Amino acid sequence: MFHPQSPEAHAIATLFMYFLVLAAIIFLMVVAIVAFSVVRYRARPGDTDPLPSFGHRRLEITWTVVPLVLVVAIFVFTLRTMAEVDAPLEPDRPPDLVIIGHQWWWEARYPNGATTAREIHIPAGRRLLAQIESADVIHDFWVPQLARKMDAVPGRIGYIWLRSDVPGTFAGACSEFCGKQHAGMRFDVIAEPEAEFAAWVARQAETPAYDPGERLFRERKCAECHAITPGDRRPYIGPPLAHIASRKFLGGNLPNTSGNLTLWITSPQSILPGNRMPDSRLPADELQALTRFLETRR
Amino acid sequence: MNIQAWLSTIDHKKIGVLYMLTALFFFVVGGLEAMAMRAQLSAPNLKFLSPEVYNQIFTMHGTTMIFLVVMPALVGFGVYLVPLMIGASDMAFPRLNALGYWLTVGGGFLLYVSFLAGGAPDAGWFSYAPLSEKTYSPHAGSDYWALGLLLLSAGSVIAAVNFVVTIASLRAPGMTIRRLPLFVWITLVNSVLILAAMPALNAALVMLLSDRLLSAHFFDPTHGGSPILWQHYFWIFGHPEVYIMVLPAFGMISEIIPVFSRKPIFGYGFVAASTLAIAFLSLGVWVHHMFAVALGRVFISVFAAASMLIAVPTGIKIFNWAATLVGGSIRFTTAMLFAVAFLLEFTFGGLSGLAFAIVPIDWQLTDTYFVVAHLHYVAFGGIAFALFAGAHYWYPKITGRLMSESLGRLTFWMVVIGFNLTFFVQHILGLMGMPRRVYTYPDLPWWGALNVISTFGAVILGLGALVFCCNLITSLVFGTRAGNDPWDAWTLEWAAESPPREDNFDHVPTVRSRRPLWDLKHPEAPDWATPGGG
Repeated sequence: MFHPQSPEAHAIATLFMYFLVLAAIIFLMVVAIVAFSVVRYRARPGDTDPLPSFGHRRLEITWTVVPLVLVVAIFVFTLRTMAEVDAPLEPDRPPDLVIIGHQWWWEARYPNGATTAREIHIPAGRRLLAQIESADVIHDFWVPQLARKMDAVPGRIGYIWLRSDVPGTFAGACSEFCGKQHAGMRFDVIAEPEAEFAAWVARQAETPAYDPGERLFRERKCAECHAITPGDRRPYIGPPLAHIASRKFLGGNLPNTSGNLTLWITSPQSILPGNRMPDSRLPADELQALTRFLETRR
Repeated sequence: MNIQAWLSTIDHKKIGVLYMLTALFFFVVGGLEAMAMRAQLSAPNLKFLSPEVYNQIFTMHGTTMIFLVVMPALVGFGVYLVPLMIGASDMAFPRLNALGYWLTVGGGFLLYVSFLAGGAPDAGWFSYAPLSEKTYSPHAGSDYWALGLLLLSAGSVIAAVNFVVTIASLRAPGMTIRRLPLFVWITLVNSVLILAAMPALNAALVMLLSDRLLSAHFFDPTHGGSPILWQHYFWIFGHPEVYIMVLPAFGMISEIIPVFSRKPIFGYGFVAASTLAIAFLSLGVWVHHMFAVALGRVFISVFAAASMLIAVPTGIKIFNWAATLVGGSIRFTTAMLFAVAFLLEFTFGGLSGLAFAIVPIDWQLTDTYFVVAHLHYVAFGGIAFALFAGAHYWYPKITGRLMSESLGRLTFWMVVIGFNLTFFVQHILGLMGMPRRVYTYPDLPWWGALNVISTFGAVILGLGALVFCCNLITSLVFGTRAGNDPWDAWTLEWAAESPPREDNFDHVPTVRSRRPLWDLKHPEAPDWATPGGG
């Protein structure tokens, strides 16, 4: 939230700064009154009880009315910023991408059939309408530097504006507790120049060249939980792997290297304990073949 | 000591003490849970606790602190003090009083026996559906959670009914509603709030149990149910609950600050009326817990406005407490130190709460460590500080002996320093993007450093609480004898013996103002003869 990179995130950060200044002034005022009293009116030996005072009507009215005026002002600013940063509840056009929360990973679907997980690419400088959904429990899609957060509620659809003014990688996290690996539901939004994004999204929709490893992938039942062809949008338990090799990270924050890929295939529970993929024992040659196969899925 | 007499007691003082001891026991348990969490979070990517265990512990920490620490502590103080403060010999329904306490014990037992019955609840203290449904939480933890809370909320309703009837019917002659001590006044308003809010929780719990045990589908979207329905029901209870917990704390502060400033409360009428305003508004703000759900802007704005408005009556209270200090002759006992610290910490927590009424800020910061920091500034810096103040203030009445002031000061400084170290930095973590309820976090710049500061603070805070517990025990034996009225105070409980006899009073002083004992001690200038004082 400290380094907003979109007009929407910027507007919220500015509002927060206004709030911070106002809150600081009020807090320091109370501190000043208390500190003054503590020093000035500390009991000294021999003090007798001061004369009672039971209140002061004009003072009471002052500290009722002044906060009331402040609250009205804050409310006006709140409404203005809400209208500025929030996408309509029922937009009049199809979304630019659909983001779906799963236990415990994020899926992103693009209109051309491309489907990806964990790394969500967007074109820098263009405002996208993102539709937020959930496949199971409530999650929350949050990229602090780019946009407001939005709960992903099963059976309900939310929309946010998603945009970045500059190319870059922006960390995101699930912000609603969603079970064992809530902490592992981290993701990145990658903003690229328009041309690079177009190339990326086109490539993600293409099927990579056939590789004999695919037979093993199906025989070892990997395909029961993972889509391996782009555009296959049946409700899988695990993330799509059609272009897994083009991603920088595997689940959580594990870099996508050969060694880590092998580790993920055999013992995902040691990486993100409690996630939905069971540990497995495979002969060394099959493990190697599967790793090699996945590395061709770019 | 006769154990059987304690277990079968219907004396409001014994029941009050039982409530407070139960709260203290669970405070230690919930505190150890907090320590386990801070240990796990002291560095990035630690594997001290597994996610399964961590999720159970944070769920139990929240549930314990709210339902088994703050609620029984506040009800305990109320049950002990209200009859004494209004000059009565007991609560209106002594047996009902005992039932309320034993339901609380039963609820606590059900919650904790879950550890032995396949795992504690692990869906968070607000237990959002559908995560808390059978499909996603198959083990029995959530059933124990719902059943335990049903008993606890039944206990709260019973206590509330008893308070309302007691205050309505057992006041000493002359104690009109405008002469009630503020603690009693606030307890009355609070009891009405409990009666308004608890049914929503009970309904939600019964629906959740029906879903889990009878395959109903109240909250299951795949069969036409709605997860948002749970959130509405829960927060219709849950937000008033925040005020249910903080109002009695306000009541304690409104008794303690005047006595140690040697001045009557500034603006009694405004403090009392602002309580009513808070209670009323608190029933219409629950959606601010749901701003991140796609709900429609006009709908959300109404709840944002109501949430912001609560700042006004809360501000009135803070200014009146501060104005009570001005012109006083302030005596810094441990109780007063905690009360003054309450004033600052609570103001801070109230202001950080205003951030969440400002909807766009909520859209960034809800469910982050900023919320964790905010709620602890209110719950610990507010409620717990008031409880520490209240404990030091009324301990001599309850036990007949004063608590050690030197241990009290040590407690105070350790708690203040530890508390602020622990929670201040969590605001920054939230602003940097750390979500709440994560069992671990990646090694991002500053995250490790800020978290280790927080853990270090928690250790100091924990040790401070330990000093407090030692002080409670050692002062029983070594404390100076208090006499009836060690603080030269003004409300009726100080006219009783310390500890009070079974039927409380030999003779209840005449009540002609809000400060009956002042009138007694100062026949030359009684309040009832002073303009504005009667």
